[in-house]
Amino acid sequence: MENEMTAATSKTVRDYSLVGESSRKAVETGLASAEWYHTDVPRKAIKELMQRSDGPAIRDTVIWFAAILASAVGGIYFWGTWWCVPFFFVYGVLYGSSSDSRWHECGHGTAFRTRWMNDVVYQIASFMLMRNPTQWRWSHARHHTDTIIVGRDAEIAVMRPPDLLKVALMFTGLLDFRYSLPGLFRQAFVGLNDEEKSYIPEMEHYKAVVAARWHVAIYIATVALAVYLRSWLPLMLIGLPRIYGSWHMVMTGLLQHIGLADNVVDHRLNTRTVYMNPISRFIYWNMNYHVEHHMFPMVPYHALPRLHEMIKHDLPTPNPSIWHAYKEVWPVLKKQLRYEDFYLKRELPPTAKPYRDEYHNFVIPAAAE
Amino acid sequence: MSEWIEACEVDDVDEEDVIRFDHAGKTFAIYRSPDDEFFATDGLCTHEKVHLADGLVMDDIIECPKHNGRFNYKTGAAKGAPVCVNLQTYPVKVESGKVLVQIG
Repeated sequence: MENEMTAATSKTVRDYSLVGESSRKAVETGLASAEWYHTDVPRKAIKELMQRSDGPAIRDTVIWFAAILASAVGGIYFWGTWWCVPFFFVYGVLYGSSSDSRWHECGHGTAFRTRWMNDVVYQIASFMLMRNPTQWRWSHARHHTDTIIVGRDAEIAVMRPPDLLKVALMFTGLLDFRYSLPGLFRQAFVGLNDEEKSYIPEMEHYKAVVAARWHVAIYIATVALAVYLRSWLPLMLIGLPRIYGSWHMVMTGLLQHIGLADNVVDHRLNTRTVYMNPISRFIYWNMNYHVEHHMFPMVPYHALPRLHEMIKHDLPTPNPSIWHAYKEVWPVLKKQLRYEDFYLKRELPPTAKPYRDEYHNFVIPAAAE
Repeated sequence: MSEWIEACEVDDVDEEDVIRFDHAGKTFAIYRSPDDEFFATDGLCTHEKVHLADGLVMDDIIECPKHNGRFNYKTGAAKGAPVCVNLQTYPVKVESGKVLVQIG
């Protein structure tokens, strides 16, 4: 068997609140903001991989916007007939899924060499995703500092024990929508909550509120237009793609960490690389090389395949397909329903440096027994 | 009292690159700009204390390897989220092929 499934002997109940007991313990034990394992790569080689250029991202962004525009035109033209369905299928994925990888890469500032290009695409993609651009920039920074550290990481998609109904509903986009849109309204009219304040510096609070107000204003205008036209069409173009087009984002994104270890400081243990087809890789902007991305977040998406070739000797064998990865994950999730400490321990190739105890043997006392 | 400390040889730093220099329990970053000038700052990012020497130098900018926070290494200015606090900079001079940093 390629991978080993592991269960700790004691049962832990996890407290995922960012201001709760697990968070406090993670700081106390040094698990928060810890030093993480990195594969050794010569400075010259990694410097070359980190180099930025505008070319690949301009090309991909032109293709992306052209495809969004073309599918929108088709959807509008055939609106009222079944022929609009394939156009909105494509439009939805480009709007509701591709935006996630663009948001992500531009948030890191690695897509383009030119800063304002990253910022423009970041703002557009954030809007498409109903994500507050200021809030999510900080939550993602935390995700990279404390990847899948319980009580610290604000972006743990599937908590333990897994709620399988919730996981299934994620593919519909409804859960994210239900969380994102009211969240923007709350931020716009009430302000940030305590969890958001725990990772967004005070000097950025107002900026986050202003961003939320802009998003909300555009959504209100879109709803007003739909009411005026007595048509769902404006909402099919703005807002609803976040629901009907997000399935690809969920399908690829869930695989990043699901079923793997938590509270470890070695990305080889808590992150997954999956080989994917070229269309998914375009939509996902190569984030299927996810261990590589977490180890070296400064490497742009277009250089990740080269980085993968360079360090794969030190990483667990990637899943050969999306389907393979889900087949691997499913029994783990089922077992976690009864034993939430159960996880999939990734086997390393003989060429890899072994897992080091000090990197993955943190003991976080249970928040509750 | 501040003193000039020898940090490295000129050739130890590639053009448009950075190296780490530790002295008296502190860590510094020594930069060589694309126009062949040398600069020095504190070695750790003001955001999460990551070594900037593992980052990327682009023109006047050093980008932190962990969260891509950016500083102008010539002035120390933080250039936006997730870095909000400026870097401390230090005077640098080159003498007889050696890079000296004024620390104190």
